[in-house]
Amino acid sequence: MSDGIISETVITIADRPIREVHAEIQAAADAGQAIVLAEPRSRHNLGVALPAGARLRFEGSVGYYCGGLNNGATIEIERNAGWGLGEAMAAGDISVAGYAGMSCGASMLGGTIHVKGDAGPRCGVAMKGGDIIVEGKLGYLAGFMAHSGRIIALGGADEACADSLWGGEVWVAGPVKSLGVDSKLVDPDPEEVASIEALLAGRGLNDTARNWRKVVSAQRLWHFESRDASSWLMI
Amino acid sequence: MADDLKAPYQYPFPAPSEDAVAMRDGAIEGRPVGVSGSYDRGDSVRWTPDAISEVHALSQLGRYQIRGYNSFNKSLPTFDDLTFVPATMTRLPLEGYRESCDTTTVLGGGSGLVENPLVLDIPIYIGSMSFGALSANAKAALGYGASKVGTMTCTGEGGMLEDEREASTRLVYQMTPSRYMLDLDHLRAADGIEIAVGQGAKPGTGGLLLGMKVSDRVAKMRSLPTGVDQRSTVRHPDFLGADDLQVKIEELRLATDYKVPILIKMGATRPRYDVAIAAKAGADIVVVDGSEGGTGASPEFLLNHTGIPCMTAIRAAREALDECGMTGKVSLVAAGGIRTGVDAAKCLALGADAVMIGNAAMMALGCNSPRYGDDYAAIGTSPGACHHCHTGLCPVGIATQDAELEKRMDVAAGAERVARFLTAITMEVSLIAKACGKSTVHNLEVEDLRALSLEASAFTGVKLAGIDKAYGW
Repeated sequence: MSDGIISETVITIADRPIREVHAEIQAAADAGQAIVLAEPRSRHNLGVALPAGARLRFEGSVGYYCGGLNNGATIEIERNAGWGLGEAMAAGDISVAGYAGMSCGASMLGGTIHVKGDAGPRCGVAMKGGDIIVEGKLGYLAGFMAHSGRIIALGGADEACADSLWGGEVWVAGPVKSLGVDSKLVDPDPEEVASIEALLAGRGLNDTARNWRKVVSAQRLWHFESRDASSWLMI
Repeated sequence: MADDLKAPYQYPFPAPSEDAVAMRDGAIEGRPVGVSGSYDRGDSVRWTPDAISEVHALSQLGRYQIRGYNSFNKSLPTFDDLTFVPATMTRLPLEGYRESCDTTTVLGGGSGLVENPLVLDIPIYIGSMSFGALSANAKAALGYGASKVGTMTCTGEGGMLEDEREASTRLVYQMTPSRYMLDLDHLRAADGIEIAVGQGAKPGTGGLLLGMKVSDRVAKMRSLPTGVDQRSTVRHPDFLGADDLQVKIEELRLATDYKVPILIKMGATRPRYDVAIAAKAGADIVVVDGSEGGTGASPEFLLNHTGIPCMTAIRAAREALDECGMTGKVSLVAAGGIRTGVDAAKCLALGADAVMIGNAAMMALGCNSPRYGDDYAAIGTSPGACHHCHTGLCPVGIATQDAELEKRMDVAAGAERVARFLTAITMEVSLIAKACGKSTVHNLEVEDLRALSLEASAFTGVKLAGIDKAYGW
């Protein structure tokens, strides 16, 4: 992390008002301090809207929208995360030691989310960029209507994987229960596999024996049957 | 002649010949007058020519029709079914041309949580229409026109267009389920954040933008491939019910440091319950968009057959806020089919704190104006009838992403027309308010109205003219 960080500050969350906790986190982040969040108690809206360079570690589980609207902070969560982890984040790095609930990385634009356990349903829903790495299994409807970016799962995927993708890629090592609407399996190029493996190796996830499935949009839902303006004139 | 009418009576003169009885028109030999006409008219009230055409169209297309504009349902009530009853003996009018009537409108200040409520000089603003549905020039013109008269615009679904942010002194950023372009920097650049739950034109369905309008610039802002038929999600990706929404609203407040109000926009369906839930979830402003509301593109049957009209939703919404003790804490905005100042004034009287216009603002820009008449004809329509919003072939450069057509939308001229229109309709609102004896337009009340039909009275709880009782309320 940056050289500017000169000290570590501890903020206890417990049952304190979130607005007050939020203000303290923002102030500590602005002061360039690494922040330890004690007793997060699965509270909602922790560590939202953080600036680039902020560094947070939650000593427990967090509730909804942790790391939401992140602009470049690094966030570690020592246990589990609730719905909408890192939603709409533009940049930064979020890692969860345990599980992530529904809609992890919803509509994120950039950055990386790393879930060491499983991810709940709709992981990467509407995502527009960045990477989501899930060491465990993806819940159903992973990547629902994603635009861009990559979802990478090492432990398989539940039903309707990569449903209705506009674009983007879902990479799964392990079993895929079923593919979603308008998605298809493609054979990845060795170069692409190497890029994924390099990304994982950078996080200490070395295993060259993975059997990758790459799922992309079949592009059948990109258009109604006609692309001609004249066919949309009212009869 | 029927057998049982063979009475024994005899005329005191010879019976007339059949030729003399017949009222022939001479059109068809031997056919009586009156019978021939029945083949010229189809008198079925169900199988009208329009209904037959619809079946013919569907049976050829194998899909529903899509179009833009607004509902063509002929059974919708209109604001014209209500009339004002200005001050006479029981009330004192203000001098229309001498005394002042305040039009200042503050939205989102009621909870006390928001640092910068939306303070508008007039009770009317320009609602959410996306860049994508509208051209960049049209969006900029709306922004400048609104700024000139001290009111605001809203981004709509397609992300925050730089041209509009620059043009609008007050800009509401719409957070739709698709979340195009939505990040912290854009949220913080907004003067209000509108969570779109739905829209009046097609509640329960997501946005729709046909490929002809998904230009490179539109596609880039929406992170989509150029030219796709964009059908957006209708459910938000990270909350489902009202309890989750409450958490979401707190997140948005934290992210924007409690500076700007949070709006919830919904299509009018069950306003008595929906508005109460939105207020409970923590919205500062609730926007109820009636079924007359416009749209860039929609399956046509949804436009015509979903939602309830604006005038029917306002009273129910206001009563919901009253019942929850949220009147004064949560602002109510009405939208959908508001054409003029008198429509707007009726909305205020029915209980709205402000109104939002869309189609009317487009018409002020020049939508359906007679210039480029040949181009209207070329796409099978004419000024006054055009509803080509969905095809992007808009002859006046408003609902298009075609670079050549867009040039026809002159930003400066469009802005000036929008500003003049907003000024004119605000004058209408304040003049009617003064006639009703109000020193602020927000004092217009239900008692200032009478209904001209049983239906209008039943829909709104406004007293029926004459009998002076509200039908069924």
